Amino acid sequence: MNRRRLIWAAVMLAAGAYLVLRIATGKMQAPVGVKGVGIWFAAFMTLAIFSFLFGDNPAYKFAEHLFVGVSAAYWMVVTFWTALVPNLFGKLFPDLVATYLMPGLKENGKAPEQDLFYLVPLVFGILLLWRLSPKAPWLSRWALAFIIGITAGLRLIGFLSSDFIGQIRNTMVPFVVLSADGGPLWGDTINNLVTLVGVTTALCYFYFSKEHDGVFGRISRVGIWTLMITFGAGFGYTVMGRVALLVGRLQFLLIDWLRLASP
Amino acid sequence: MPARLRLPELNRQFVFGLIAVVVCIPILWKFSFREYPSPMVRKVFDKVQSLPAGSKVLLALDYDPGAEAELQPMARAFLRHCAERKMKIYFMTLWATGPPVITRAIEDVLVPEFPGYRYGRDYVTLGFKPGNEAAVAIIASDLKKLFTTDGRGTNINDIEMTRPIRNIRSFDIVLSVSAGFPGTKEWIQYGTDPAGIPIAAGMTAVQAPLNYPYYPRQLLGLLGGIKAAAEYEALLKETYQKYNDPKYHLEATARMGPQTWAHLAIIGLIILGNLTTLLARAGRGRN
Repeated sequence: MNRRRLIWAAVMLAAGAYLVLRIATGKMQAPVGVKGVGIWFAAFMTLAIFSFLFGDNPAYKFAEHLFVGVSAAYWMVVTFWTALVPNLFGKLFPDLVATYLMPGLKENGKAPEQDLFYLVPLVFGILLLWRLSPKAPWLSRWALAFIIGITAGLRLIGFLSSDFIGQIRNTMVPFVVLSADGGPLWGDTINNLVTLVGVTTALCYFYFSKEHDGVFGRISRVGIWTLMITFGAGFGYTVMGRVALLVGRLQFLLIDWLRLASP
Repeated sequence: MPARLRLPELNRQFVFGLIAVVVCIPILWKFSFREYPSPMVRKVFDKVQSLPAGSKVLLALDYDPGAEAELQPMARAFLRHCAERKMKIYFMTLWATGPPVITRAIEDVLVPEFPGYRYGRDYVTLGFKPGNEAAVAIIASDLKKLFTTDGRGTNINDIEMTRPIRNIRSFDIVLSVSAGFPGTKEWIQYGTDPAGIPIAAGMTAVQAPLNYPYYPRQLLGLLGGIKAAAEYEALLKETYQKYNDPKYHLEATARMGPQTWAHLAIIGLIILGNLTTLLARAGRGRN
């Protein structure tokens, strides 16, 4: 056993002894009962994931594989009960579904009427599964084409109205903002000017049909600065988000698991 | 330049350890700071505050337990405020992993703090529906085409609160708490913007810069990350004195202590890294 492993073994033993001591003195919850086992398992999983900071190891791999497996199964079950049963089978076989699978489908004790239109999504759904067949995987393309067409259409409309037109409208702001009594509102005025300069210069930077030299080059250089400030703000926000997640997990370990402080 | 001062060779485990220490100490010693609400957070608060009792609010919690540390305090703050204003709350999620976070929000806030709130009369959970932006588009046109039952399996027309709901226009406001796709952006693009319904949002810090362009015309206010959640909690404390009692554990405020120390440590490391680089460069120049 090399020196590094010996150190780790000693650290683990000391940590184990500390935990046993805390449980024995009643200062933390033992891993018994649903809540106790849940907290201990969550703590072990958190530490297993954190252990990746010191390199890949079996504990990390176990936690990662367990997460992937549980997520896949969870998605499958949830989608089956929230989409397929009420929104497909419940429309095609309402009596059967309301009697045996989902009594809540009945309105005032009566099952809804059958809607044969839902045979179309059923057929498309089955066609999608033909992707797994070695003989006719091309059949799945019809369903895929439908999905792609619908998604593209939906996104086009959404982006055109809310992003393209909406964002142009949001940029059309007055140079000088006046209050009700006619005086200038300096804060809002500066905000509007920053928006105007930022949008115009960033757009110039992305205009490649003209060489970026002279006055145009200087404007596009301001555009680069605008982008850099935006990226900086984004990076700052990202750090804040990641630290918040770390604080959440450490709070769980120190307060909920080890009970070293009150909530 | 002595080699021991050069950060590029610094063991990265040292950085992890430093951050862990500066986060753990304030958690154990409970350092916290006073929060000063920003105008954007105040705008959301004022809008919710201005809605009359009985207003219908669609609370879309589009995140998973992975983002809970950042977003659950925000969801709880929204929930507390809506319940204080005696609003009708409709929960829903576009994330399959969302139903447990809805349940936790209800069990942690509504059940213990607002015992008068009744399921079906004051709040209802519509649960999860797949479909991303298509689901939002259907909710915008005909909610009952998508939701035949609530999240607990009861027929939607057998519930007092959901019976009169037709589409997104039936709500007075949409409060979106989201961690990514599908989330606030999709609610704006396919739901509130075409329907002309006000929307306010809380989101992970990573998401915030992507949604700023919608403010203020398409998004009436935005809470970005844990800091904004703490600001919202400060407004709650300012308006409703009972939240100054420590028994109402305001998570975001409690987390701002470790958060601030971690930020200071990171800023310190950035300054140190740049200083050592500049010193090393100056040393090379002299040589």
